[in-house]
Amino acid sequence: MGSFFIIVILLLALIVSAVVCVQISVLVKAGIALAVTSAILSVIMFRLGAALAAAFELSVCAGLITVIFISAVSMTKIMSKEELAEKRRERNKRFASLPAILIVVFAAALFFFWPHIDATLPFAASAQGDTVQNILWNKRQVDLIGQAVIMLIGVYGVMVFFRESDKE
Amino acid sequence: MPLLFIGVPLAAVLALNLAYKWINEKLALYTAAAVSLFQIGVSAVCIDLSLRGGTIYSLRFIEKLSIDTVSAVVLFTIGLTVFVSLIVSNATLKSGTFNFINMLLMITIGMNGLAMVTDLFSLYVFIEATSAASFVLIGINRGRDELEGAFKYYLMSAIATVLMMTSVALFFYYAGDTSFIGVSSFIAGLNGNYPYGLLTAFILYTAGLLIKSGVVPFHSWVLDTYSPAPAPVSVLLAGIVTKVSGVYAVIRITRNVFLNNAAVCNVLISLGLLSVIMGALAAIGQKDMKRMLAYSSISQIGYIMLGIGSGSALGLAGALFHFFNHSTFKSLLFVDTAAIEMQTGTRDMDKMGGLAQKMPVTGISSLLAFLSTAGIPPLSGFWSKLLIIVALWKVSAPVAVTALAAGILTLSYFLIMQKKVFFGKVPETLENVREAGGGILGAEILLSVINVAAGILFPLALIYMNSIGKI
Repeated sequence: MGSFFIIVILLLALIVSAVVCVQISVLVKAGIALAVTSAILSVIMFRLGAALAAAFELSVCAGLITVIFISAVSMTKIMSKEELAEKRRERNKRFASLPAILIVVFAAALFFFWPHIDATLPFAASAQGDTVQNILWNKRQVDLIGQAVIMLIGVYGVMVFFRESDKE
Repeated sequence: MPLLFIGVPLAAVLALNLAYKWINEKLALYTAAAVSLFQIGVSAVCIDLSLRGGTIYSLRFIEKLSIDTVSAVVLFTIGLTVFVSLIVSNATLKSGTFNFINMLLMITIGMNGLAMVTDLFSLYVFIEATSAASFVLIGINRGRDELEGAFKYYLMSAIATVLMMTSVALFFYYAGDTSFIGVSSFIAGLNGNYPYGLLTAFILYTAGLLIKSGVVPFHSWVLDTYSPAPAPVSVLLAGIVTKVSGVYAVIRITRNVFLNNAAVCNVLISLGLLSVIMGALAAIGQKDMKRMLAYSSISQIGYIMLGIGSGSALGLAGALFHFFNHSTFKSLLFVDTAAIEMQTGTRDMDKMGGLAQKMPVTGISSLLAFLSTAGIPPLSGFWSKLLIIVALWKVSAPVAVTALAAGILTLSYFLIMQKKVFFGKVPETLENVREAGGGILGAEILLSVINVAAGILFPLALIYMNSIGKI
């Protein structure tokens, strides 16, 4: 039961850091909040026994992606204090309802799903005992190709949108 | 054989980029055209093989890809639409053709993978690849409206992604597997006593795919992405991308995973009918040609949903044929729009008139596409709508009659378009307008011929399928 509450607290922390990430007007801080969100998510994954997924989440999402974000932010222009204040006001106005919406959705989901959550139900299957090699190269090789293509598209997309802009 | 559909475009992307110093835009264009023609040829062989011998599996390296008749038809349509998009890009894109061609090849890989996977998670992965490439393609010219359209598309895709990922997790939780066979046999074993979480998974996955399909009420993004996107990208999006990542996935999931579950089929019929009517009604009031075509797409995708929702083999055949037909006639209409915009500099139908005299090929091809969309015999759209209506009649006569009556709405908005754009007096500002060059005419003629030929030859295709015992 204690473990269950730790997960719930971690989930709440996850939501809070995600909301902060959207609400905050300074891009670097938003990037850091995103990294914190990913880090909390990997802790949840560790606690649920998905060590491999947690390691990937921590290294790729909390590590690599944050580095990319922050290096991209470093290329942007710094706004004046007045502009920043204006942006902050605009952002707060636009997303003011977000925490309230999240609380309502969370409460509604809890209300509807709580009676149906069967904590005794065992996971139908898990990857426990499988080697990383077997999962990646034998079981999910199609996904691996798909992921490689997504990365290729991502790299190309960045080149199309940003490198050409620099030239201009 | 399935590996070819991923390997060949991937090899082309790598070759073009590794040797980019020695490759000019023309050579890149020819390479991509060769890849799409190769795909058209191989998928045509696959259609015949699958009709005769069932599913074609990959024997080496990637065993989890397969091609049946449905995926073979989809692969053929992908090849054809990509080829047409390349022709349009040659005529309309002034710069950045090399980037466009690379993205086109990558989106081809995404769509081909999507058409061949046999696993819910893999389906999600390739839908993501297709969406990511679409996002870049829509905003490739970096105009304000284009970037806004791309961002809206990205946001809607993200919502669909969340729904689908949650659903995949729930399926894995219950069935212990994410393969189509594993999940469907688990569902079949329940005999209709579905746990609450599994029902949630059904709803979430279907909702995610319906967002991707752009049916009512998930259609808001369609208008904002089709209209500002560059002409070859509009052709691609309306012609194939939304259909593969939304409609094809709905066909696959409804049939192979949910086993034509009655509740899911009822949802598809309801939303399909709503899309047919709302899309057509909204199209009537449009002034911008591309926006009108976007609403028309919502309406026509509604017909495909109705065919899938009927749950019968006849309905599926109708849906699949309408999938192909809609790709050809909607691509044709977008090519015509690109030609008109190139020559007149506007998409506002109120500023046009009498263009049939100035652009006769565009006028005739547009008329053929419109008659086919409205389901007038003997054009291809007639046969696919006929199959869908007959299949619907067996499920619900009122729905079939309503869908049939909605055809009048289709006729109305296209008649308005024809009258405003092609008939009447030519405005003084458009006196010097001529047919567009750069291969656009070729694309118009090619798609018109396919449209007419598919209609005339369809009875022969039925006889052929009958002779090999498929119907």
